[in-house]
Amino acid sequence: MLRKFAHVLVLFALIVVELLVLATSLLAVMLTFGLGMVFLFPPQVRMIRSVTRMTRRLVRESSGVEIEAPYLPPPPAPQPQADGFYRSNRTLYKTPRVPAWNDRWKWMLTDPATWREVLWLVLDPLVKLLLVPLFLLLPGRGLRVYGLWCELLLAATTASRLASQVSHLSKVRNLAVDTQAAEMRRIERDLHDGTQARLVAIGMTIGAAEQLLGDDPTAARALMSKARDASAETLTELRRIIRGIHPPVLAERGLGDAVRALAMDSTLRVTVDADLPHRPEAPVEAAAYFAISELLANAARHGAARAVLVDISGNGPNLRITVTDDGWGGADPAKGSGLTGIERRLAAFDGVMAINSPPGGPTTVTMELPWVLPEYWAGNLPKMPRWKAITVVALHATAWCPLFPQGVVPAIFKLIGFDEESWFLAMHLPGPWQWPVIALMIALGTAMYVLAVALPTMHDKDGNACRAGNRLWFA
Amino acid sequence: MVRLMNRVLVAEDLYLLRDGLVHLLQAHGFDVVAAVESGPELLKGLLELRPDVSIVDVRLPPTFTDEGLQAALTARSQVPGLPILVLSQHVEQLYARELLADGSGAIGYLLKDRVFNAEQFIDAVRRVAAGGTAMDPEVIAKLLASNAAHEPLAALTPREREVLEAMAEGRSNAAISQRLFLSESAVAKHTASIFAKLGLAPSDDDNRRVLAVLAHLNSR
Repeated sequence: MLRKFAHVLVLFALIVVELLVLATSLLAVMLTFGLGMVFLFPPQVRMIRSVTRMTRRLVRESSGVEIEAPYLPPPPAPQPQADGFYRSNRTLYKTPRVPAWNDRWKWMLTDPATWREVLWLVLDPLVKLLLVPLFLLLPGRGLRVYGLWCELLLAATTASRLASQVSHLSKVRNLAVDTQAAEMRRIERDLHDGTQARLVAIGMTIGAAEQLLGDDPTAARALMSKARDASAETLTELRRIIRGIHPPVLAERGLGDAVRALAMDSTLRVTVDADLPHRPEAPVEAAAYFAISELLANAARHGAARAVLVDISGNGPNLRITVTDDGWGGADPAKGSGLTGIERRLAAFDGVMAINSPPGGPTTVTMELPWVLPEYWAGNLPKMPRWKAITVVALHATAWCPLFPQGVVPAIFKLIGFDEESWFLAMHLPGPWQWPVIALMIALGTAMYVLAVALPTMHDKDGNACRAGNRLWFA
Repeated sequence: MVRLMNRVLVAEDLYLLRDGLVHLLQAHGFDVVAAVESGPELLKGLLELRPDVSIVDVRLPPTFTDEGLQAALTARSQVPGLPILVLSQHVEQLYARELLADGSGAIGYLLKDRVFNAEQFIDAVRRVAAGGTAMDPEVIAKLLASNAAHEPLAALTPREREVLEAMAEGRSNAAISQRLFLSESAVAKHTASIFAKLGLAPSDDDNRRVLAVLAHLNSR
């Protein structure tokens, strides 16, 4: 109770700040749009935003109403053109300062959240005064109402939420495209410098052997055997490149067995616990495979680990992979580029990675790829057991009987005074028993209908919950 | 003796390679009873013809996954010890273990590149037909590399390691002595020492000792 009053007091103390900010805001708006002193606008907006940020935090602490910040994502830093100049509209600048400032100005001015916050700032002191009686009588309820009011103007709108989602998606898309382009360049380099060059050499050797065939068969034979060795080497190299693109065992067997194969080739003692009833899409499998492969390499290289446990399982529709090693720990994504690479690979599928690596170990990396397991979108929900299905059908088929002919109909007959016994059970009973029996029948019928609807719903929920842990086959 | 075990089945989806294999085998006196190009055909051929030895590609139509390997495993589960030599563009310890799991021998697992060296390839085919094993040096190398931290292996001398590698590929003492330029008695001495260090019971039977060594390496 005391805490709540303290919260209310802080809210009222904030009115002073709000009024000050409101006054400077009015001044700033007049100076900006009247006299063109545009440099006053951004600091003013920032000031308003710090007040609303404080309010959001206060509301969350006092009433539990969670208010998401509604701002559009800030503009990216300006990129220089090929000639080193920075471009803003039709003007070129030597330094990024002015274009960056222009971007920020536009960002603040066009964000609807800015103007909604100004409106909030004008109205908020009034709302607080109106709520004084409620705050005094029922501070808890009052804080909640105040929270809802703030949510009305300070929360994210659908448009701003969509805008930030779009900006996130385009960032992820750019990352994915960049990663892929880099991969392609690497493969191109491998093929160009390695395989292609070797094939040229083989061709030349065979050509030389062909010329020698008539005059010096022994030398020709030696050259041919050299060409054969070179072609074997080329094959080995091609195999290495293919492994880097999409490991054959992954294509042939899927994620679980591919990781098992990886585990067998590793010098570490790797235990693989893979439990996926269906194979995810090939790109998802590849991303997961390379992520695990990188983590195993890291564990051996940096962490001096000896044993690793890889767990691959479904968490509802999400693919969850946990890699635990007994190394030194202290892994930090900021330090190594390997972990950043994994994050990038996963980001293309909206996947996330969490690292728990205290100094001294053990290191646990958890990766989760949302909505990638096929059984969900294949619509192949678990079937209900037979007895349950029969019960549901029987309930649907019989619930009408107590509800209508034995319940509602005799009730109506009794109300309108229509005296008809027919097969209505209640009507055959002595007077005082009639209403209780009718009520019982209506309750019974309703309960049967509720059960008939609730059983399948509950089953679906259970099914989803237990699927995360079910142990099916993996082949 | 070899003459009696010469009915061969070839399963390979690439026409050129299939044709090349058939010619190579015919040139070495084998009777190619069937040359198939898909998984279901292969399984039918293996079970109906019971060839003396079959040469099987891992990746076959219709799914182009591990059709050939699965057909080989299924056939061997129904006809234990049916000699099969599996060829692949890549070798995996995982597949090697699956092929060796039943412990009945008469199994081979080689990279397709090994066909380049006709004599060695035909030698491997004959070895498998006779109930021996033919493991690709690369599988053995991977097997030993991943067992590097394994105590008894670390205790082997470099020479013993070489002998172990050749032995694990499925070669007889005579073949090992030829390859490593050693006398047969020296090879026998090395093998005895290897078996002692690995804690295995010595065996004179070439096939059985290979399986024992591979099982030991796979069991870590």
